[in-house]
Amino acid sequence: MITARGLARTYRTRRGTVEAVRGVDLDVDAGEIVGFLGPNGAGKTTTLRMLSTLIAPTAGEATVAGCDLRTDPVGVRRHIGYVAQSGSTAPEATIGEELVDHALLYGISKSTATARGRELIDQLDLRGLWERQTKTLSGGQRRRLDVAMGLINGARLIFLDEPTTGLDPQARANLWEHVRRLRGDLGATVFLTTHYLDEADALCDRILVIDDGQIVATGTPEELKRRISGDLITLTVADPATAPAAAQVATGRSSGGDSASVETDASTVRFRVDNGARALPALLRDLTAAGVDLDGVEVRRPSLDDVFLTLTGRTLRDDIPA
Amino acid sequence: MLLATRVVFVRAMRLSLRNPTWIVIGLTQPILYLALFGPLLRKMNQLPGFPPGSWWQVFVPGLLIQLGIFGALFVGFGLVAEYRAGVIEQMRVTPAPRMALLLGRVLRDVIVLVVQALVLTVAAVVFGMRAPIVGVVVAFVLVALLGAACASVSYAVALITKSEDVLAPLLNTVAVPVLLLSGILLPMSLAPGWLRTLSEINPFSHVVDGIRSLFRGDFGSADTMWGLIVGAIIVALGLIFGARTFQRESA
Repeated sequence: MITARGLARTYRTRRGTVEAVRGVDLDVDAGEIVGFLGPNGAGKTTTLRMLSTLIAPTAGEATVAGCDLRTDPVGVRRHIGYVAQSGSTAPEATIGEELVDHALLYGISKSTATARGRELIDQLDLRGLWERQTKTLSGGQRRRLDVAMGLINGARLIFLDEPTTGLDPQARANLWEHVRRLRGDLGATVFLTTHYLDEADALCDRILVIDDGQIVATGTPEELKRRISGDLITLTVADPATAPAAAQVATGRSSGGDSASVETDASTVRFRVDNGARALPALLRDLTAAGVDLDGVEVRRPSLDDVFLTLTGRTLRDDIPA
Repeated sequence: MLLATRVVFVRAMRLSLRNPTWIVIGLTQPILYLALFGPLLRKMNQLPGFPPGSWWQVFVPGLLIQLGIFGALFVGFGLVAEYRAGVIEQMRVTPAPRMALLLGRVLRDVIVLVVQALVLTVAAVVFGMRAPIVGVVVAFVLVALLGAACASVSYAVALITKSEDVLAPLLNTVAVPVLLLSGILLPMSLAPGWLRTLSEINPFSHVVDGIRSLFRGDFGSADTMWGLIVGAIIVALGLIFGARTFQRESA
């Protein structure tokens, strides 16, 4: 659905040139939900705006929905839906007017546009608000209207730029559900940007991690988590005197393989293994053989937070403005 | 192209009519000039150097141009607001021709302008102005085209600056000298030599002279000719600038 090679964009400012995106390669298959994860200023929105023809790349090439980005931008526009980061409707206009007008610009007939628009606002929990001016909507309602605007042309490829920023947890969950339905019911391909790890984790089949204008990792959420950090195992020993013995067993089993990768304090031993569920039975056997009694065992899958920290040396949260 | 232009036009018109404050203000001002400033000119036509024709035929064309330039030059503010709301981006992501996004809005502005000009002219006739109908119609076409040019320049500048704070001083810096040097309020034939030379450099002064002679019925005069020619050049340049800016993707 999307193929991009060496996509780059530099801006000229008074202070010199800024390389917002430095050569991005990406492939998105039909029916995938792919997330572009990165902190603010990493180049997510710039890449999305290039792929949706809003800005021209300064280098590289891409095919989007079967059309060449450079030679056939109108073809690309015809085949994509786009939900911008910061609103899409005039405050004085009503929901119905905005949806229908937007559809008309795609050459859709007025009756089709009205039917599709009404169906969308029902699905997005905006029922009964057709005649309402958009300035009277709550933040969450307006965001869902933005999504409806992006879906009005019935495109099979949809770009969502930070779809849930500023939404309360319930509205986020609702929107996630809708994004999943887009793929489930319509077979649509979804390409979204987010700086929420949990969103990428919950929603995406595949994640592209972008930092400083470059893709630093790609994979399924599971792959990324497994590849980069491994699972964290925490052992709590019944008798603190046996902690060194437990640590010795752990050292042999840990993914690091040396004592430096095992953390020990009074009665707990922490270390990482490649696959916690698989490592556990043998580990418990070894501990019993070494005469260690346990009070508890915890296996925690790494979060994408851990992944991002490992990949970029920074946490995502540092970059999220309050 | 035509279809998309119509969609943009209908939408813009609908939103303007929903909140017609600016249309009404734009309309009241020239009528205030007509009622409160016009009477001062009543005896001016006895002054040496005053152009031929009744003072109405001198004054009303000036007001029409003022309406056309000033009203249209400030439409860009609306576009900055639309840009901030994300409306422009949302339209640019559709296959609609970029020209249509400009033309639809300009068409709305031209129609608002023509209605305002019509009200102004009818009011002037009620006050006692008499002018040949053909001259008035041609003058209206010229004012409408001039308004279209100013509106598209205003939109283009708004799209480049994307900020009211830059737009306001910029437009005022340009509009006020242009207005003063075009002899809109008082004819430049009363001006001292240096001022008249300055005003002749200002293209809009020729359009004002042209419309005045149209209102007098001097269709074949040099003033009319120059007014139409200079007007056509301004219109062409303004529309080309607007269209090119809308076409350029980064704007």
